[in-house]
Amino acid sequence: MLNRQLKEKGIESLLFAAGAAAVLALFLLCIFLFKDGLLLFENYPISSFLTDTKWYPTSEPEHFGLLPLLLGSLIVTVGAILFSVPLGIATAIYISELADPKISNILKPVTEILAGIPSVVYGFFGLVILVPIVQKTLQIPTGQTALTGSIMLGIMALPTIISISEDAISSVPRSIKEGSLALGSTKWQTIYKVTVPAALSGISAAVMLGVGRAIGETMTVMMVTGNSAVIPGFPSGLFAPVRTMTATIALEMGEVPQGSDHFHALFAIGSVLFITTFIINIIANYIKRRYRFNL
Amino acid sequence: MFSNAKLNEKIAFGLLKIATGMVVAFVLVILYYIVSNGYSAISIEFITEMPRSRMTEGGIYPAIVGTLYLIIGSIAVAMPLGMLAAIYLTEYSKPGKTTWAIEMAINNLAGTPSVVFGLFGLAMFVKYLGFGASILSASLTLALLILPVIIRASQEALLTVPKEYREASLALGVTKWETIRKVVLPSAIPGMITGAILSIGRVAGETAPILLTGAAYFLPRLPDSIYSQFMALPYHLYVLATSGTSIAQTRPIQYGTALILLIIVLCVNIVAVSVRSHYRKKLKR
Repeated sequence: MLNRQLKEKGIESLLFAAGAAAVLALFLLCIFLFKDGLLLFENYPISSFLTDTKWYPTSEPEHFGLLPLLLGSLIVTVGAILFSVPLGIATAIYISELADPKISNILKPVTEILAGIPSVVYGFFGLVILVPIVQKTLQIPTGQTALTGSIMLGIMALPTIISISEDAISSVPRSIKEGSLALGSTKWQTIYKVTVPAALSGISAAVMLGVGRAIGETMTVMMVTGNSAVIPGFPSGLFAPVRTMTATIALEMGEVPQGSDHFHALFAIGSVLFITTFIINIIANYIKRRYRFNL
Repeated sequence: MFSNAKLNEKIAFGLLKIATGMVVAFVLVILYYIVSNGYSAISIEFITEMPRSRMTEGGIYPAIVGTLYLIIGSIAVAMPLGMLAAIYLTEYSKPGKTTWAIEMAINNLAGTPSVVFGLFGLAMFVKYLGFGASILSASLTLALLILPVIIRASQEALLTVPKEYREASLALGVTKWETIRKVVLPSAIPGMITGAILSIGRVAGETAPILLTGAAYFLPRLPDSIYSQFMALPYHLYVLATSGTSIAQTRPIQYGTALILLIIVLCVNIVAVSVRSHYRKKLKR
């Protein structure tokens, strides 16, 4: 009997250790990322990192300005969101409210295919197909622009936005919708005055997670945005090459000597990226949890 | 007034349909371009031969082998860990600070960009633990990346097992772990495996993390230990499509590699979905 209890306790501890491993992993990730990132500031002032408008990591003297990269990530992400949010929410509404269940059951896995395609394949597609199209249509010197990146990232963010919005919309109780219809509203009035507002927090969580996905994407933006580290104007910067934080890390890490300032600067960029997505995730999960309790 | 509302509805529904049509069109256009340009490149030789003449000819065998090693390595680490963590969270943990911390960690790991995992892998596995740029470092990095996917899928599978099963077993005096092992797990395992299968697709396609932890541009022979560098499909595609002097010349190989990647990912998804639906039906019966 005692033996049995001991075994039960032992197993519970083992399982707990596995769960705690997730916390440990996140903890170690922070430590290793921030440790190498902070080492930059031994030789390079943090104020310059945050305010310098130039990213010239190999010039003399070196410039490790975060701004061009941060704004590069921002403009590509904003473009992606402007494009994918209306499209994603409209598709989610169609799937959950209008389409015949049989058609919904086909549409859902079809949109999920978008989530499965590897980012390097999106990048390849963007580079070979979309870049020439953008260049020809807009009559600009290169098709590798922020806009191209935005379109590709928008497509990649679609499955996240669609599936989470769809969950939120279909979890709106039927009684609320029927109440509205019974009062003589049309189906569309019910959707945009009742159903969508009721699902709004879930939809916002979907948008936040889409933003997180777009900011963190590396290979696709690296292959289609041209990677020039200049501060983009808005909206003119959409039609010029930009360089994101993610692309900088992936492009330059292979060539820097380990332990150099440049090496640490890339970790500092990684830390900024991590903190940004961390905050976005916290907000998204907070919103999601709130709506779950409300309904 | 009434007809106005009806008209608005027609316009709105039309727009919703167009939006959905566009999304479906994206899927079809991407698949069409990759498949129609890639299928002529694929042959038995393409998947069984080494690259030749500075990667402008020959096959992609070493990249396939490398990707296979990464899949095996990362799944071997993340699957047991993820499943055990999911069992703890669904069967044992009580609401409180510890559970909150674990849930929060999983959510944030899931949202962390893959290139950040790459940096972490570089700092911890390659440098600090001294594994070097290797299959081992890359597999461990990818294992962390897919851990949240496996935990979430396993939790979902465990939650679909009806409470009555557990209660009936406990009422017979069976201990908690025995109940989980003999009653809960047999019905939850297929769902848990689905999560692992889905993450195979993720591992096969991830590029940024392996770029920082051991993927090689070109290797003349296959890796001979877990401490070797490796070639991998997604990185191979990236290299061929963006660097070197023969980008246009190797376009068929690029399309072929993209198609192989796509086939792996789609097959994995189809298998996962059919395992899930097959087993959902069984549970309902």
